[in-house]
Amino acid sequence: MRRRLIGSIPVLLIVVMGTFLLMEMAPGDAVDAYLVSLGGGDAGLAAQLRQSYGLDQSAFSRLLFYLGSLARFDLGWSLAFDRPILGLIAERLPNTLWLMGTATALAFMLGSALGVVAGARPGSLTDRLLSIGSLALYATPSFWLGLVLILIFAVDLRWFPTAGIETVASGKVGMARVFDVAWHLVLPVASLGFIYLALFLRMMRSGMAEVWRLDFVLAARARGISRLRLVLRHVARNALLPLVTMLGLQAATMLGGSVVVESVFAVPGFGRLAHEAVAARDAPLLTGIIVVSAVMVIAVNLLVDIAYGFLDPRVGRGEEVS
Amino acid sequence: MFGYSLSRRTLMRGTALVAGGLVLPRLALADDALRGGRLVVAADSEPRSLNPAIVASNGVFFIASKIVEPLAEAAFGSESGLAPRLATSWEGAEDGLSVTFKLREGVTWHDGKPFTADDVAFSALNVWKPLQNLGRVVFANLETVDTPDAHTAVFRFSRPMPIQLIRNAMPVVTSVLPKHLYEGTDISANPANHAPVGTGPFRFAEHKPGEYYRLVRNESYWGGDQPKLDEVVYRVLPDRAAAASALEAEEIQLAAFSQVPLVDLDRISKVPGLKVVTEGYEALTYQLVVEINHRNPILAKLAVRQAIAHAIDKRFVVDTVFLGYAASSTGPVPKNAPEFYNPQVTAHDFDIDRANALLDEAGYPRGEGGKRFSLRLLPAPFFSETRQFGDYLRQALAAVGIDVQIVNNDTPAHLKAVYTDHAFDLTVGSPVFRGDPAISTTILVQSGIPDGVPFSNQGGYANAELDAIIEEASETVDPEARTALYNDFQTMVTEELPLINVAEWGFTSVVRDNVVNVGNNPRWVVSNWADTGLAR
Repeated sequence: MRRRLIGSIPVLLIVVMGTFLLMEMAPGDAVDAYLVSLGGGDAGLAAQLRQSYGLDQSAFSRLLFYLGSLARFDLGWSLAFDRPILGLIAERLPNTLWLMGTATALAFMLGSALGVVAGARPGSLTDRLLSIGSLALYATPSFWLGLVLILIFAVDLRWFPTAGIETVASGKVGMARVFDVAWHLVLPVASLGFIYLALFLRMMRSGMAEVWRLDFVLAARARGISRLRLVLRHVARNALLPLVTMLGLQAATMLGGSVVVESVFAVPGFGRLAHEAVAARDAPLLTGIIVVSAVMVIAVNLLVDIAYGFLDPRVGRGEEVS
Repeated sequence: MFGYSLSRRTLMRGTALVAGGLVLPRLALADDALRGGRLVVAADSEPRSLNPAIVASNGVFFIASKIVEPLAEAAFGSESGLAPRLATSWEGAEDGLSVTFKLREGVTWHDGKPFTADDVAFSALNVWKPLQNLGRVVFANLETVDTPDAHTAVFRFSRPMPIQLIRNAMPVVTSVLPKHLYEGTDISANPANHAPVGTGPFRFAEHKPGEYYRLVRNESYWGGDQPKLDEVVYRVLPDRAAAASALEAEEIQLAAFSQVPLVDLDRISKVPGLKVVTEGYEALTYQLVVEINHRNPILAKLAVRQAIAHAIDKRFVVDTVFLGYAASSTGPVPKNAPEFYNPQVTAHDFDIDRANALLDEAGYPRGEGGKRFSLRLLPAPFFSETRQFGDYLRQALAAVGIDVQIVNNDTPAHLKAVYTDHAFDLTVGSPVFRGDPAISTTILVQSGIPDGVPFSNQGGYANAELDAIIEEASETVDPEARTALYNDFQTMVTEELPLINVAEWGFTSVVRDNVVNVGNNPRWVVSNWADTGLAR
């Protein structure tokens, strides 16, 4: 475990330098982005701003400065928001974690449950319907799904709010606020979760279809085990392992998906912050976001490794031997 | 006992109330029923700071103009085109070297301190002149501000300053800051830039980043019974479709700055309870302009520029790109600036044959595949209309044998490519006419502007005669003589075509029917909303 943690330091370093380099290569800088919002200014103003942003320094010295402060766990100052980056991230991260966490839980649980239903009788009508439906969902862009959900459930039926993380300036506290946030999260979670649901459904189904052919299933059948028990305890459990791997991989992809969903639903989250950082050419902010995301992805994958040990006793033992 | 005497007086009052209720329902509505309530407005972005004295931009004004006030605001139907705010009168000296402002008495800042001429002097000398994006130009020659008494400020200039320019610029460049909060601090980093303190009808209450801004009623506002509203909440909705959905779902009551895209306007105007308002943007007219890189020897030829102008069907642009929510342009000053607008200019009507003939004569016959030459076109990514017009221009120029390669960039990259690197042949820009040509219009054609200045002449165009007119107008004190110079300016720009003005447009607002006093001044959307109310 310690080796894994130490091994992730060079990964982070590469991520930081890569992000910095990409932002450096993108034409236009933070001052250009800011001047547009001003609607004009003179030459002295641009020079004044570049100096106050530290953009008159060379890229190399800025990178060194950034790495130096990062080593002291200081993420720096956002140019676009004129605020400390740590505060910005701390403010937005919980919203994204809620969104991603519930969307992942929804996708994983509903997806694998439906996958079990489909995989219980591969080739049946239910299986076919679920497979086609999940393919259609998987092919749907999340922003489109989001917009359609808004039109139906927020504008026409008015069951849910169109956007936001909670009712603006409502003064709600305690449980009332929790319910308010949950109510606001329904549509964004649905549009983010449904797309990944399809992935888990199809993996579960195909995994089960494979397990059905194995000898131990035949043996279990011969022992007269009930069909329900056979499906859940023997077939589904053995097909679950690749899904857990996928869960770790999806954590990273979903972070990307949340950029779109957060913009459509005006959720003040991490993804939208990243989008705004790129648009404003705010290199320190974007790098900060990516560093934190990378740490999160590494953490999720560590958790997945640990979960492996519980699901499949062979994994844990194997590592001890080597 | 328990009876009551029905005096003649109470009887009369009762009848009067009944009669009043029958005859004057509108009057009653305008007074009592309008008080109170929360107006929820869509905001598509959050500006970096809320200090309109440093950043005079529409994005900042949209929120901050309710909190921090200018010396005067634009108004419909007044002789000077202005309504007094913190100044009650303004007078320019004969020689143009000083302007005297009489300031409003009995005004207090939101923190209770009195507003005085010292605040104005401090703002002018320490903020507008050295720090403000537009003030750096307008107040470049400001030397000192004398304060003979607490409510008089005399601005002294080193060169003659046209009072006409001061009048036209006042709503935009004169937001007054409280000296007691800014003096002796780093003005650009002052915390009040994020939580502004002003004299306006609303106080800043809170900003929840990514979610909303909340302003609350200033109980001690100088404007009598104003403001009508208790609160204004700006809800941050970055997605282009979000404002329309939120309006339909009755979550917000107003979306300004064309946040509801043009293509949705027709549909949304039919939704019961919603209406489209086009008033309130007259003093912030955006212009659709083809900017030209004169360093390209082909484009340096007048005949080629004329041919390009003749190849553009302005009517089509207005009807198709802007769906009718725009007007075609005749020159660098828009029609809704009647003080300066000169209709007697060279027109370049849509005429493909004329365009072809001009290009032939200029020495660019059609070569292989009917092409004469190739140009790089960089449409500004600021509006979907600027990008769509880029697509149109490509086709329009193909019709006269000019091959156009469109280069799409995001905003910072576009700014660098056009205004710093000059890596373009044609670009579609969207400059703003801000009430006076000297504020942000002449800079589009004037020569000698250093690289990197956005929304300025970066096409390498230089015309000594035009520069002379611009220079003279900047110091002409007599309004009539100054207007005459700008008439010449328009004539010359349309003859020489340093750039091609295609169309001019204002934004649209979509509001709930019960929001009253929307769009009642030419800068309504960025004015103080003191008289805006909610009918019940």
